[in-house]
Amino acid sequence: MKLSGLEPLNITKASNFVNVGERTNVTGSRKFLRLIKEDRYDEAVEVARDQVEGGAQILDVNMDEGMLDGKEAMVRYLNLIAAEPDIARIPVMVDSSKWEIIEAGLKCLQGKSVVNSISLKAGEEEFLRQAKLCLRYGAAVITMAFDEKGQADSYERRIEICERSYNLLRERLNFPQEDIIFDPNIFPVATGIDEHRRNAIDFFEATKWIKTHLPGAKVSGGVSNVSFSFRGNQRVREAMHSAFLYHAIQHGMDMGIVNPTMLEVYEEIPKDLLERVEDVLLDRREDATERLLDFAESVKGEAKSKERDLSWREAAVEKRIEHALVKGIVDFIEEDVEEARPNFARVLGLIEGPLMDGMNVVGDLFGSGKMFLPQVVKSARVMKKAVAYLQPYLEAEKLANSEKAQKKGKILMATVKGDVHDIGKNIVSVVLACNNFDIVDLGVMVPLQEIIKRAKEEEVDVIGLSGLITPSLDEMIYVAQEMERQKMDIPLMIGGATTSRVHTAVKIFPEYSNIVVHVNDASRSVPIAQSLASPVSRKAIKEKIHLEYTSLRENYLTKSQAKKLISIEEARANKLQLDFNAQQIVKPKELGVFIWDNISLAELRDFIDWTPFFQTWQLHGKFPRILEDEVVGIEANALYADAQEMLDTIIAEDWLQAKAVYGIWEANSVNHDDIELKNASSESEMFRTLRQQTQKAKGQPNLALADFIAPKESGIQDYVGAFAVTAGLGIEKHIERFTAELDDYKSIMLKALADRLAEALAEALHVKVRKEIWAYASDENLSTEDLIKENYRGIRPAPGYPACPDHLEKLTIFKLLKPEEIGMALTESLAMTPTAAVSGYYFAHPESKYFGLGKIDRSQVEDFATRKGIRVEKAEKWLRPNLNY
Amino acid sequence: MPENSLAEIARKRILILDGAMGTMIQNHKLQEADYRGERFADFPHDLKGNNDLLSLTQPKIIADIHRAYFAAGADIVETNTFNGTRISMADYHLEDLVPELNYESARIARSVADEFSAKEPHKPRFVAGSIGPTNKTASLSPDVNNPGFRAIDFDTLAANYKEQARALIEGGVHALLVETVFDTLNAKAALFAIQGLYDELGQEYPIMVSGTITDASGRTLSGQTAESFLISLSHVPLLSIGLNCALGADQLRPYVQTLRQKSDLLISAHPNAGLPNAFGEYDQGPEEMASLIKEYLDQGLVNIIGGCCGTTPEHIRAIAKFVDE
Repeated sequence: MKLSGLEPLNITKASNFVNVGERTNVTGSRKFLRLIKEDRYDEAVEVARDQVEGGAQILDVNMDEGMLDGKEAMVRYLNLIAAEPDIARIPVMVDSSKWEIIEAGLKCLQGKSVVNSISLKAGEEEFLRQAKLCLRYGAAVITMAFDEKGQADSYERRIEICERSYNLLRERLNFPQEDIIFDPNIFPVATGIDEHRRNAIDFFEATKWIKTHLPGAKVSGGVSNVSFSFRGNQRVREAMHSAFLYHAIQHGMDMGIVNPTMLEVYEEIPKDLLERVEDVLLDRREDATERLLDFAESVKGEAKSKERDLSWREAAVEKRIEHALVKGIVDFIEEDVEEARPNFARVLGLIEGPLMDGMNVVGDLFGSGKMFLPQVVKSARVMKKAVAYLQPYLEAEKLANSEKAQKKGKILMATVKGDVHDIGKNIVSVVLACNNFDIVDLGVMVPLQEIIKRAKEEEVDVIGLSGLITPSLDEMIYVAQEMERQKMDIPLMIGGATTSRVHTAVKIFPEYSNIVVHVNDASRSVPIAQSLASPVSRKAIKEKIHLEYTSLRENYLTKSQAKKLISIEEARANKLQLDFNAQQIVKPKELGVFIWDNISLAELRDFIDWTPFFQTWQLHGKFPRILEDEVVGIEANALYADAQEMLDTIIAEDWLQAKAVYGIWEANSVNHDDIELKNASSESEMFRTLRQQTQKAKGQPNLALADFIAPKESGIQDYVGAFAVTAGLGIEKHIERFTAELDDYKSIMLKALADRLAEALAEALHVKVRKEIWAYASDENLSTEDLIKENYRGIRPAPGYPACPDHLEKLTIFKLLKPEEIGMALTESLAMTPTAAVSGYYFAHPESKYFGLGKIDRSQVEDFATRKGIRVEKAEKWLRPNLNY
Repeated sequence: MPENSLAEIARKRILILDGAMGTMIQNHKLQEADYRGERFADFPHDLKGNNDLLSLTQPKIIADIHRAYFAAGADIVETNTFNGTRISMADYHLEDLVPELNYESARIARSVADEFSAKEPHKPRFVAGSIGPTNKTASLSPDVNNPGFRAIDFDTLAANYKEQARALIEGGVHALLVETVFDTLNAKAALFAIQGLYDELGQEYPIMVSGTITDASGRTLSGQTAESFLISLSHVPLLSIGLNCALGADQLRPYVQTLRQKSDLLISAHPNAGLPNAFGEYDQGPEEMASLIKEYLDQGLVNIIGGCCGTTPEHIRAIAKFVDE
């Protein structure tokens, strides 16, 4: 069989089993379904990319879900992946139970695809009609063992339907035999129902019959069905899939829809488990099902009581060290390294031997996606403890031998000047340290002179810069420029939430003639750092990056030229015209500035949106569903449990204090884009807002936040609010303690929780304002979930975020609210301290909504600078990501 | 049936396809009034550059070009219908003229072919109905900011192609040539339409397909390799598959070689007269091009050979000389 995407796929007798990627299937992947439902197609495209990178040879795409317009979703998705050459290179399997969706999909595909599936379900005529169209659209076709009477559930029915389908296809349509694929139905086994006992055997035997009697035909199937009765028991399921595939392939199965990450290597299935699984698959014993169920229960129990299972303590000491590292168990590491120490002539041997071996296992598992970030950080904690324990012995040895440990390389890490965010930087540092890099961590707010000075002193191999807020992007450019001026030859790694590959390629890469590379994912940092640290591979990667970034840059430049904006005058003429009357405008109960400081953390807890917490740990998925996620579920549960435990302590022991300040003032919009308000002493203050300039569809306005406030000329008195909150007061001493204890895991955990509490406080305060202070929604009664979905009236946009990307507005908010009185401050880059803080505006109009400013042009920036009374260059610096020039 | 004899003869010996139509028309230096002729003298839109329209307004020029190619030794000429779809004719506001343009173009070419076949019965001449790619792509977005956008869909393309193919067959072509395929999905729509048309007509005519490898990347504009292009169209019973345009004979050779190795179909090629120079002109002479084509012949790469942009009857004559040898 020959298939094609942009590149050919030749399936011959010599081909091994063909993997069909199954994660781009809404019926099989909750994550993919969520992305499609939430219209997050960009991320959905990344799922396909992961599948291709993970080795899928065909991509199964399925949009069969009741709540979706399956046809529209199929077409949109296929058109999007067609634009990604590294995805579109493999053929697509158009998967649907609805013919109209299949047909719509086939009309989008230039390559030779596979249809999954058609059948005799609705009779011969319909079957032949669809098959003929498949042929006309140039697709191979999977035929299900399904006919007018129903789905084949025995060996006899399977071969009867497949033979009949085959003969119809060949005799009536001359359908090419090599393009006929059968799906003889994989059904669950070990269901406890007697009729299901032969489900696997019948499939195997039917497969063999098809391969022997129907020339050229192929066999495919959806493997995960077989283990349906063991949902939730990953270990047993993986073993069942592997064993099933092993036998099915022996019987001639050619291809299958499989999640490669849910497969254990057949040889590595423990013998006792394998025996029980095969007893079930091959129906070898009367009590096969009961025996596997019993075993499954024990495995499940084992997994649950892992913490308490100390049987690993009986192994040899080296094995115990590896176990402790891989499992992240810190309790015994000191006694274990003490026990192992005499076995080594030198302490260095112990570090480079068992300890590094264990960390290499961790690194490999993480690199191959079998371990997740929180586990790695826990492993690193074990390693740090071990090394710290050995440090005195090491020092003594060093004195004696004057040797250095063989490290892979030395990396300087810093959050740039003006920025205080370091969770991401710390994670990357930990992961790199685990992989035997020497890390020189300069901390946060590091001036460029300091970075360069220390890089030279320490003779580092790589410099890693991190930052979260917009001005950090410019700061990174300055570092690159200075390194260029000083003709340095140290590669530069760029990371952090606002950074991007495109920004690095367009803005930083051209400034430094040595290497500049963007790394935004801890797992990517290791291979990149490795190739940067060695002079040999450095040359190769330099050329690769050069090519890649040059083309990214050129693409970007052509693209941005193509993007047309309308003038600011036209945009203002197309502003949002709202109705401002008594229903829309509610006079606040109280005006002025207020402090709220007797805040109970316990109450804030209920307001926490956990999804971003998991994102911080690079576990992606929406809470609470992430706890049941097939891939990261187990780890997400463990992380969540640890978070709850620490949160209990934070609350019980008052580790953190939360405080808020907020104000509401009389206000009106003036000159289209400004909001004029009266402070306590009745002086005028201005919020300066920015207006969208992208060309809008007919009837869609070009928004600015000022549109949500009644214009002065309307004569209607309107109101605006602002707030600043923090939940990070008192955090330092705990962070210092964790640092002293070499516990990065807890340190990162505490910062992440403080961030969540600050967001929760912003949410709680907004509720209070809506219901009690401004009281325009006094009868509101919303759940946390509704709050997360923003199902309330009014908005609280924050400077630095899409609707108002200008951080300078924080100065105005701080001037009005004086949050210094509750312990908050701004850095020179306008980052807030404590880091766990949120500030923003309140708008109450029912029509007010969040939006993204998008690109703006020079005329608006000049106008904005004039209004604000600052230099244009200064405005440009703060609005850099939004400039279209 | 002469249609059958085209297939039969093509399997026996190497057939010569004609050269460029556009290059030959350019030599006449036609002006707006020439394009309009009497019939479109008062048409409210510009028509200069609408070469397909010349089949109606300057039929003698078109017939003479066909005649020149047959005289130079071509076995097959292509109809003057490269842009003969509603999608392409929309540029000139002449959508409704599509059936007539195709019918007339086919009729003109067919009558010249019959004239030569009568004169030289040992060498029957054939007409292939030229079906171009249109100016829109079904699997690429014209908008860099919106990669999922499509300016045209499969159904619209298929309807366009069906209308064109029907008129070409009614006008008397011996075969259809879906050519200069830069987006395989456009070609799939054309072939889908043609097969549906054959079902309706109850009769089949040979189908030839020729793709375009746009540059040294070895891929079509829509990103497929030559082998993928071949596999993607393998569901249709074709007389021949091949490559044309964009490259000269020497740059095109490796991809023609791939088709030869991977396919059992007859293979065609009609390369450009080299690569364009700085002024967009083709200056590879007849002898130079023919010597490159000779290598194709020596390696047995092709069954049907001709020329695309920049080639003239002189090029075809030089190629035909080698084929005869």
